[in-house]
Amino acid sequence: MSELSALWRHPEFRRGARDMSGIGLGLAAWGLVTGVAMVKSGLGVPLSLFMSLVVFSGSSQLASLPLIAAGAPIWVVWATAFCVNLRFVIFSAQWRPYFGHLPRRQRLALGYFTADLNYVVFMRRFPRPQPEPGQTQYFLGGVVTNWGAWQVPAIAGIVLADAVPTHWGLGFAGVLALLALIYSLLSDRKTWLAAAVAGSAAVAAFALPLKLNIVVAIAAAVAVGLLIDHGTRPPPMRAAEERP
Amino acid sequence: MTAWEAVLTICGLALITLLTRAFFLIPEREVPLPGWLQKGLRYAPLAALTAVVVPEVVLTQGHLIATWQDARLFAVSVSTAYFFWRRDILGTILTGTATMLALRLGLGW
Repeated sequence: MSELSALWRHPEFRRGARDMSGIGLGLAAWGLVTGVAMVKSGLGVPLSLFMSLVVFSGSSQLASLPLIAAGAPIWVVWATAFCVNLRFVIFSAQWRPYFGHLPRRQRLALGYFTADLNYVVFMRRFPRPQPEPGQTQYFLGGVVTNWGAWQVPAIAGIVLADAVPTHWGLGFAGVLALLALIYSLLSDRKTWLAAAVAGSAAVAAFALPLKLNIVVAIAAAVAVGLLIDHGTRPPPMRAAEERP
Repeated sequence: MTAWEAVLTICGLALITLLTRAFFLIPEREVPLPGWLQKGLRYAPLAALTAVVVPEVVLTQGHLIATWQDARLFAVSVSTAYFFWRRDILGTILTGTATMLALRLGLGW
Protein backbone atom coordinates (compact mmCIF):
# COMPACT_ATOMS: atom_id res chain seq x y z
CA MET A 1 0.00 0.00 0.00
CA SER A 2 2.81 2.38 0.88
CA GLU A 3 4.19 1.78 -2.61
CA LEU A 4 0.85 2.82 -4.08
CA SER A 5 0.58 6.00 -2.05
CA ALA A 6 4.20 6.85 -2.89
CA LEU A 7 3.29 6.47 -6.55
CA TRP A 8 0.20 8.61 -6.06
CA ARG A 9 2.26 11.42 -4.54
CA HIS A 10 5.10 11.19 -7.05
CA PRO A 11 5.37 14.51 -8.95
CA GLU A 12 5.79 12.75 -12.30
CA PHE A 13 2.64 10.69 -11.66
CA ARG A 14 0.75 13.91 -11.02
CA ARG A 15 2.24 15.52 -14.09
CA GLY A 16 1.34 12.52 -16.25
CA ALA A 17 -2.23 12.64 -14.96
CA ARG A 18 -2.46 16.39 -15.56
CA ASP A 19 -1.07 16.22 -19.09
CA MET A 20 -3.73 13.65 -19.97
CA SER A 21 -6.66 15.37 -18.28
CA GLY A 22 -7.17 18.14 -20.89
CA ILE A 23 -7.60 15.59 -23.64
CA GLY A 24 -9.59 13.40 -21.26
CA LEU A 25 -12.80 15.31 -21.87
CA GLY A 26 -12.77 14.56 -25.58
CA LEU A 27 -11.86 10.98 -24.84
CA ALA A 28 -14.78 10.74 -22.41
CA ALA A 29 -17.27 11.86 -25.05
CA TRP A 30 -15.84 9.27 -27.39
CA GLY A 31 -16.01 6.54 -24.73
CA LEU A 32 -19.66 7.38 -24.09
CA VAL A 33 -20.54 7.08 -27.77
CA THR A 34 -18.60 3.80 -28.06
CA GLY A 35 -20.49 2.41 -25.07
CA VAL A 36 -23.81 3.28 -26.68
CA ALA A 37 -22.67 1.77 -30.01
CA MET A 38 -21.76 -1.51 -28.30
CA VAL A 39 -25.22 -2.00 -26.86
CA LYS A 40 -26.99 -0.76 -30.00
CA SER A 41 -25.12 -3.35 -32.08
CA GLY A 42 -27.03 -6.00 -30.17
CA LEU A 43 -24.23 -7.24 -27.94
CA GLY A 44 -26.26 -6.85 -24.75
CA VAL A 45 -25.29 -5.10 -21.54
CA PRO A 46 -23.23 -7.83 -19.77
CA LEU A 47 -21.10 -8.68 -22.81
CA SER A 48 -20.66 -4.99 -23.64
CA LEU A 49 -19.35 -4.32 -20.13
CA PHE A 50 -17.04 -7.31 -20.42
CA MET A 51 -15.76 -6.15 -23.79
CA SER A 52 -15.16 -2.58 -22.68
CA LEU A 53 -13.26 -3.65 -19.57
CA VAL A 54 -10.99 -6.31 -21.08
CA VAL A 55 -10.44 -5.19 -24.69
CA PHE A 56 -9.83 -1.50 -23.85
CA SER A 57 -9.24 -0.46 -27.44
CA GLY A 58 -11.93 1.76 -28.93
CA SER A 59 -10.98 1.38 -32.57
CA SER A 60 -10.81 -2.42 -32.55
CA GLN A 61 -14.05 -2.63 -30.54
CA LEU A 62 -15.87 -0.43 -33.05
CA ALA A 63 -14.42 -2.40 -35.98
CA SER A 64 -15.35 -5.81 -34.58
CA LEU A 65 -18.88 -4.98 -33.35
CA PRO A 66 -20.63 -5.10 -36.73
CA LEU A 67 -18.80 -8.35 -37.53
CA ILE A 68 -19.91 -9.95 -34.27
CA ALA A 69 -23.46 -8.72 -34.87
CA ALA A 70 -23.44 -10.21 -38.37
CA GLY A 71 -22.21 -13.55 -37.03
CA ALA A 72 -18.89 -13.45 -38.91
CA PRO A 73 -16.41 -16.30 -38.21
CA ILE A 74 -14.38 -15.62 -35.09
CA TRP A 75 -11.06 -15.59 -36.97
CA VAL A 76 -12.38 -12.83 -39.25
CA VAL A 77 -13.18 -10.71 -36.20
CA TRP A 78 -9.71 -11.34 -34.78
CA ALA A 79 -7.94 -10.63 -38.08
CA THR A 80 -9.84 -7.36 -38.42
CA ALA A 81 -8.95 -6.26 -34.90
CA PHE A 82 -5.32 -7.16 -35.50
CA CYS A 83 -5.11 -5.04 -38.64
CA VAL A 84 -6.87 -2.11 -36.97
CA ASN A 85 -4.32 -2.39 -34.15
CA LEU A 86 -1.27 -2.61 -36.42
CA ARG A 87 -0.30 0.95 -35.53
CA PHE A 88 0.31 -0.23 -31.96
CA VAL A 89 2.91 -2.70 -33.28
CA ILE A 90 4.74 0.28 -34.78
CA PHE A 91 4.37 2.23 -31.53
CA SER A 92 5.67 -0.69 -29.46
CA ALA A 93 9.05 -0.48 -31.21
CA GLN A 94 9.20 3.10 -29.92
CA TRP A 95 8.36 2.01 -26.37
CA ARG A 96 11.23 -0.49 -26.28
CA PRO A 97 14.05 1.99 -25.47
CA TYR A 98 12.09 3.31 -22.49
CA PHE A 99 10.78 0.07 -21.00
CA GLY A 100 13.22 -2.54 -22.39
CA HIS A 101 15.16 -2.73 -19.11
CA LEU A 102 12.11 -3.79 -17.05
CA PRO A 103 11.17 -7.45 -16.36
CA ARG A 104 8.98 -9.00 -19.04
CA ARG A 105 5.90 -9.21 -16.84
CA GLN A 106 6.05 -5.46 -16.25
CA ARG A 107 6.75 -4.79 -19.92
CA LEU A 108 3.61 -6.69 -20.87
CA ALA A 109 1.51 -4.96 -18.21
CA LEU A 110 2.69 -1.50 -19.31
CA GLY A 111 2.30 -2.47 -22.97
CA TYR A 112 -1.35 -3.41 -22.54
CA PHE A 113 -2.15 0.15 -21.44
CA THR A 114 -0.23 1.97 -24.18
CA ALA A 115 -3.21 3.53 -25.96
CA ASP A 116 -2.73 6.17 -28.68
CA LEU A 117 -2.98 9.14 -26.37
CA ASN A 118 -0.54 7.71 -23.81
CA TYR A 119 1.94 7.24 -26.62
CA VAL A 120 1.66 10.76 -27.98
CA VAL A 121 1.69 12.48 -24.59
CA PHE A 122 4.59 10.38 -23.27
CA MET A 123 6.75 10.92 -26.36
CA ARG A 124 6.20 14.65 -26.08
CA ARG A 125 7.33 14.61 -22.45
CA PHE A 126 10.35 12.31 -23.01
CA PRO A 127 11.52 12.87 -26.59
CA ARG A 128 14.90 11.20 -26.01
CA PRO A 129 14.59 7.41 -26.39
CA GLN A 130 16.40 6.34 -23.24
CA PRO A 131 15.38 5.38 -19.69
CA GLU A 132 15.13 8.31 -17.30
CA PRO A 133 13.92 8.50 -13.70
CA GLY A 134 10.22 9.25 -13.33
CA GLN A 135 9.19 7.77 -16.69
CA THR A 136 7.21 4.85 -15.27
CA GLN A 137 5.44 7.15 -12.80
CA TYR A 138 4.63 9.66 -15.54
CA PHE A 139 3.35 6.85 -17.74
CA LEU A 140 1.16 5.41 -14.98
CA GLY A 141 -0.30 8.84 -14.17
CA GLY A 142 -1.37 9.13 -17.79
CA VAL A 143 -2.67 5.55 -17.87
CA VAL A 144 -4.86 5.96 -14.79
CA THR A 145 -6.39 9.17 -16.20
CA ASN A 146 -6.78 7.73 -19.67
CA TRP A 147 -8.31 4.49 -18.42
CA GLY A 148 -10.81 6.27 -16.17
CA ALA A 149 -11.68 8.91 -18.77
CA TRP A 150 -12.46 6.09 -21.19
CA GLN A 151 -14.04 3.37 -19.04
CA VAL A 152 -16.36 5.43 -16.82
CA PRO A 153 -18.21 7.12 -19.72
CA ALA A 154 -18.11 3.89 -21.75
CA ILE A 155 -19.87 2.04 -18.92
CA ALA A 156 -22.31 4.94 -18.54
CA GLY A 157 -23.01 4.68 -22.28
CA ILE A 158 -23.62 0.94 -22.04
CA VAL A 159 -25.99 1.25 -19.11
CA LEU A 160 -27.80 4.36 -20.34
CA ALA A 161 -27.71 3.50 -24.06
CA ASP A 162 -31.29 4.51 -24.76
CA ALA A 163 -31.04 7.83 -22.93
CA VAL A 164 -27.92 9.14 -24.70
CA PRO A 165 -28.72 11.29 -27.75
CA THR A 166 -26.32 10.06 -30.44
CA HIS A 167 -27.56 12.49 -33.12
CA TRP A 168 -25.97 15.39 -31.25
CA GLY A 169 -22.61 14.34 -32.63
CA LEU A 170 -20.97 14.19 -29.19
CA GLY A 171 -18.46 11.65 -30.47
CA PHE A 172 -16.94 14.43 -32.53
CA ALA A 173 -15.45 15.82 -29.32
CA GLY A 174 -13.05 12.88 -29.49
CA VAL A 175 -11.98 13.91 -32.98
CA LEU A 176 -11.46 17.48 -31.76
CA ALA A 177 -9.30 16.19 -28.89
CA LEU A 178 -7.08 14.36 -31.35
CA LEU A 179 -7.03 17.46 -33.55
CA ALA A 180 -5.73 19.57 -30.67
CA LEU A 181 -3.09 16.95 -30.01
CA ILE A 182 -2.02 16.99 -33.66
CA TYR A 183 -1.67 20.78 -33.59
CA SER A 184 0.46 20.57 -30.47
CA LEU A 185 2.82 18.19 -32.31
CA LEU A 186 3.27 20.51 -35.32
CA SER A 187 6.55 22.17 -34.46
CA ASP A 188 8.19 22.88 -37.81
CA ARG A 189 7.80 22.51 -41.58
CA LYS A 190 8.82 18.86 -41.47
CA THR A 191 6.04 17.91 -39.11
CA TRP A 192 3.48 19.98 -41.07
CA LEU A 193 4.50 18.19 -44.23
CA ALA A 194 4.41 14.75 -42.57
CA ALA A 195 0.90 15.49 -41.28
CA ALA A 196 -0.29 16.75 -44.67
CA VAL A 197 1.05 13.61 -46.36
CA ALA A 198 -0.50 11.33 -43.74
CA GLY A 199 -3.87 13.09 -44.01
CA SER A 200 -3.97 12.89 -47.81
CA ALA A 201 -2.82 9.26 -47.80
CA ALA A 202 -5.47 8.31 -45.24
CA VAL A 203 -8.20 9.87 -47.40
CA ALA A 204 -6.83 8.50 -50.67
CA ALA A 205 -6.51 4.97 -49.24
CA PHE A 206 -9.79 5.12 -47.33
CA ALA A 207 -11.38 2.44 -49.51
CA LEU A 208 -8.90 -0.17 -48.21
CA PRO A 209 -10.46 -2.72 -45.86
CA LEU A 210 -9.61 -3.15 -42.16
CA LYS A 211 -8.60 0.50 -41.62
CA LEU A 212 -5.37 -0.27 -43.44
CA ASN A 213 -5.44 3.33 -44.68
CA ILE A 214 -3.96 4.27 -41.30
CA VAL A 215 -0.98 1.98 -41.85
CA VAL A 216 -0.58 3.35 -45.40
CA ALA A 217 -0.65 6.89 -44.01
CA ILE A 218 2.01 6.11 -41.39
CA ALA A 219 4.23 4.50 -44.04
CA ALA A 220 3.82 7.48 -46.38
CA ALA A 221 4.58 10.04 -43.66
CA VAL A 222 7.62 8.09 -42.42
CA ALA A 223 8.91 7.77 -45.99
CA VAL A 224 8.52 11.50 -46.62
CA GLY A 225 10.08 12.28 -43.25
CA LEU A 226 13.10 10.18 -44.17
CA LEU A 227 13.37 11.89 -47.55
CA ILE A 228 13.44 15.33 -45.93
CA ASP A 229 15.93 14.19 -43.31
CA HIS A 230 18.22 13.09 -46.12
CA GLY A 231 18.03 16.55 -47.64
CA THR A 232 16.20 15.41 -50.73
CA ARG A 233 13.51 17.73 -52.00
CA PRO A 234 10.13 16.35 -50.92
CA PRO A 235 7.26 16.02 -53.38
CA PRO A 236 5.17 19.20 -53.55
CA MET A 237 2.28 19.45 -51.15
CA ARG A 238 -1.05 18.66 -52.71
CA ALA A 239 -4.35 20.53 -52.75
CA ALA A 240 -6.41 21.62 -49.79
CA GLU A 241 -8.39 18.40 -49.33
CA GLU A 242 -6.09 17.19 -46.55
CA ARG A 243 -6.41 20.28 -44.41
CA PRO A 244 -7.68 19.15 -41.04
CA MET B 1 -23.13 -16.31 -32.44
CA THR B 2 -23.85 -17.90 -29.07
CA ALA B 3 -23.00 -16.15 -25.82
CA TRP B 4 -20.00 -18.43 -25.27
CA GLU B 5 -18.69 -17.78 -28.74
CA ALA B 6 -19.03 -14.08 -28.03
CA VAL B 7 -17.08 -14.48 -24.78
CA LEU B 8 -14.36 -16.40 -26.63
CA THR B 9 -14.25 -13.71 -29.33
CA ILE B 10 -13.94 -10.95 -26.76
CA CYS B 11 -11.17 -12.79 -24.86
CA GLY B 12 -9.31 -13.14 -28.16
CA LEU B 13 -9.75 -9.41 -28.81
CA ALA B 14 -8.27 -8.63 -25.39
CA LEU B 15 -5.30 -10.84 -26.22
CA ILE B 16 -4.89 -8.99 -29.53
CA THR B 17 -4.85 -5.67 -27.65
CA LEU B 18 -2.04 -7.01 -25.47
CA LEU B 19 -0.15 -8.65 -28.33
CA THR B 20 -0.17 -5.62 -30.65
CA ARG B 21 0.50 -2.98 -28.01
CA ALA B 22 3.33 -4.94 -26.37
CA PHE B 23 4.64 -6.45 -29.62
CA PHE B 24 8.27 -5.30 -29.51
CA LEU B 25 8.27 -5.40 -25.70
CA ILE B 26 7.67 -9.17 -25.62
CA PRO B 27 11.12 -10.57 -26.60
CA GLU B 28 13.84 -10.56 -23.92
CA ARG B 29 16.45 -9.27 -26.35
CA GLU B 30 15.85 -6.10 -28.27
CA VAL B 31 14.86 -6.72 -31.89
CA PRO B 32 17.34 -4.55 -33.77
CA LEU B 33 15.66 -2.01 -36.03
CA PRO B 34 17.84 -0.17 -38.55
CA GLY B 35 18.73 3.35 -37.44
CA TRP B 36 17.04 5.03 -40.40
CA LEU B 37 13.77 3.29 -39.58
CA GLN B 38 13.97 4.34 -35.92
CA LYS B 39 14.51 7.93 -37.03
CA GLY B 40 11.65 7.77 -39.48
CA LEU B 41 9.28 6.34 -36.89
CA ARG B 42 9.43 9.67 -35.06
CA TYR B 43 6.73 10.77 -37.49
CA ALA B 44 4.53 7.76 -36.72
CA PRO B 45 2.42 9.20 -33.86
CA LEU B 46 1.62 12.39 -35.73
CA ALA B 47 0.84 10.38 -38.88
CA ALA B 48 -1.41 7.93 -37.05
CA LEU B 49 -3.41 10.68 -35.37
CA THR B 50 -3.78 12.62 -38.61
CA ALA B 51 -4.82 9.48 -40.45
CA VAL B 52 -7.61 8.92 -37.93
CA VAL B 53 -8.80 12.52 -37.79
CA VAL B 54 -8.80 13.76 -41.40
CA PRO B 55 -11.20 11.11 -42.80
CA GLU B 56 -13.53 11.73 -39.84
CA VAL B 57 -13.72 15.40 -40.85
CA VAL B 58 -13.80 15.40 -44.66
CA LEU B 59 -15.54 12.11 -45.53
CA THR B 60 -19.17 11.02 -45.27
CA GLN B 61 -19.77 7.32 -45.95
CA GLY B 62 -16.39 7.18 -47.70
CA HIS B 63 -17.01 10.17 -50.00
CA LEU B 64 -15.62 13.70 -49.74
CA ILE B 65 -18.28 16.00 -48.33
CA ALA B 66 -19.93 18.03 -51.07
CA THR B 67 -21.68 20.71 -49.02
CA TRP B 68 -20.38 23.49 -46.82
CA GLN B 69 -23.41 23.06 -44.55
CA ASP B 70 -21.63 20.46 -42.48
CA ALA B 71 -21.31 21.14 -38.76
CA ARG B 72 -17.98 19.33 -38.65
CA LEU B 73 -16.25 21.89 -40.90
CA PHE B 74 -17.33 24.78 -38.68
CA ALA B 75 -16.48 22.93 -35.47
CA VAL B 76 -12.99 22.21 -36.82
CA SER B 77 -12.51 25.82 -37.98
CA VAL B 78 -13.50 27.22 -34.59
CA SER B 79 -11.32 24.68 -32.77
CA THR B 80 -8.37 25.42 -35.03
CA ALA B 81 -8.68 29.17 -34.52
CA TYR B 82 -8.96 28.70 -30.76
CA PHE B 83 -5.96 26.40 -30.57
CA PHE B 84 -3.62 28.75 -32.42
CA TRP B 85 -4.91 31.66 -30.36
CA ARG B 86 -4.60 30.07 -26.93
CA ARG B 87 -2.66 26.76 -27.38
CA ASP B 88 -5.05 25.14 -24.94
CA ILE B 89 -6.34 21.63 -25.59
CA LEU B 90 -9.38 21.70 -23.30
CA GLY B 91 -10.65 25.00 -24.77
CA THR B 92 -10.11 23.62 -28.26
CA ILE B 93 -12.39 20.69 -27.50
CA LEU B 94 -15.02 22.82 -25.77
CA THR B 95 -15.31 25.56 -28.41
CA GLY B 96 -15.52 23.03 -31.25
CA THR B 97 -18.08 20.87 -29.47
CA ALA B 98 -20.18 23.92 -28.61
CA THR B 99 -20.14 24.95 -32.29
CA MET B 100 -21.11 21.43 -33.27
CA LEU B 101 -24.04 21.30 -30.84
CA ALA B 102 -25.26 24.78 -31.82
CA LEU B 103 -25.34 23.89 -35.52
CA ARG B 104 -26.76 20.39 -35.02
CA LEU B 105 -29.48 21.37 -32.55
CA GLY B 106 -30.08 24.96 -33.68
CA LEU B 107 -29.98 24.60 -37.46
CA GLY B 108 -30.49 20.86 -37.77
CA TRP B 109 -27.32 20.28 -39.87
